[in-house]
Amino acid sequence: MTEMRRVTAIRNGTVVDHIPAGRALQVIQMLRIDMTRATPVSLVMNVPSDKLGRKDVLKVEDRELNQEQLDRLALIAPAASIAIIRNHTVAEKLRVELADDLVNVSSCSFSNCITKNAREPLPQRLRVISQDPLEVRCYYCGRGQDLEELVENII
Amino acid sequence: MGDVVTMDDLTNDEIISILDAAERLLPVAKGEIYLPLLEGKVLANMFFENSTRTRMSFESAMKRLGGSVLNFSSAGSSVAKGETLYDTMQMVSGYADVVAIRHPRQGAAQYSADSIELPVLNAGDGAGNHPTQTLLDLFTIREAHRTLKGLNVVLVGDLRYGRTAHSLSHALVRFGASLTLVSPSTLRMPDEIVSDLRAHGAEIKETGSLSDQIADADVIYMTRIQKERFPDEDEYAKVAGIYKLSASDLAGAKEGMAVMHPLPRVDEIDPSVDSMDHARYFQQAFNGVPTRMALLCRSLGVDVPKKVK
Repeated sequence: MTEMRRVTAIRNGTVVDHIPAGRALQVIQMLRIDMTRATPVSLVMNVPSDKLGRKDVLKVEDRELNQEQLDRLALIAPAASIAIIRNHTVAEKLRVELADDLVNVSSCSFSNCITKNAREPLPQRLRVISQDPLEVRCYYCGRGQDLEELVENII
Repeated sequence: MGDVVTMDDLTNDEIISILDAAERLLPVAKGEIYLPLLEGKVLANMFFENSTRTRMSFESAMKRLGGSVLNFSSAGSSVAKGETLYDTMQMVSGYADVVAIRHPRQGAAQYSADSIELPVLNAGDGAGNHPTQTLLDLFTIREAHRTLKGLNVVLVGDLRYGRTAHSLSHALVRFGASLTLVSPSTLRMPDEIVSDLRAHGAEIKETGSLSDQIADADVIYMTRIQKERFPDEDEYAKVAGIYKLSASDLAGAKEGMAVMHPLPRVDEIDPSVDSMDHARYFQQAFNGVPTRMALLCRSLGVDVPKKVK
């Protein structure tokens, strides 16, 4: 538990543990955490982990993330474990789940996909063909998607 | 309902049933019998990209069955004014009973199918899929070999951008064909397709040389290098004219081997091949009519009679 104490325990909020090392900043982006708000966000990056070797941990104070927000993480942090903290104790434990159909999570990276016209009104849709190894394709054009590009194209 | 965007929208049994219906419709396709199965029905031919054979054979198929056709081309339409595909499709759904769409952007057919209730038939989406071409290709292969099973099919040319090769290869492996993919390294079949084909347990060989493959082939399927999809002219120049088939190249070919091409050809097949028994490409172009007839009937829920008289 020493690595968990690198940042003070929080009173209320959400802890996202077991993020692959180096991905915590992308997790913040994916969770659409509003950095203009006054609530503190703490990051621990690249600490030793039995499960992952190295991992990142993210703590968001005074905000409880819901399952839908968390499932967005499944693309880049499929092994993430989440604790909702209330009054210094773990009130709920959650896991992320990668859906087969990702609607408006990230946009297709292929330049000639029909969805590249931003005025087209139907949602962005990606299909998860396989979880391990991760293989994701655009539902419309069928192109295989590169994980780094998906992260860049987070909606 | 009734959408055909990729070959995955049809089971093997459905494919066979479409090919069988197309075979029964041959005298109608040739104009020998008039059979107004689709009287009162309207096809919207939505061509956002040029087409000769696909558009005309859809139109011929619909008209030979007594239906009518609305022809659309994007030049000069509200698309040129910036209308979204979604809006264009909403409009069309008020005017027609079935839609055939060709579009330069990949995914446009699926997008259209999701935008409206009418059945949508993909007539080519960018470098994506072209399933109605595949149906006529399968029909032509079956005509030549009386079967689809266990054939050695050699696909040649632009396998990266050539959508006909993408759809056809998916269908062929489902019928147990072995595929030989012949292309320059820059125009290889996309990885996701090769991985799908292998997942079907198909034997896939990839090579850059055509001449070694001719003797064992049951079908040689030539494709044009898709100039319009190249990012720049120099890249095109490096591979233009790379595969050419002439009568003398076919000296060692099996009897009954079929040379096919979705057309238009540039210089992939020399005219010296045209008079050989191997040449099937003009028959193939005609086969677009009966197969699209059978497909239109299926999409509109009209049964093709067991005996066509």
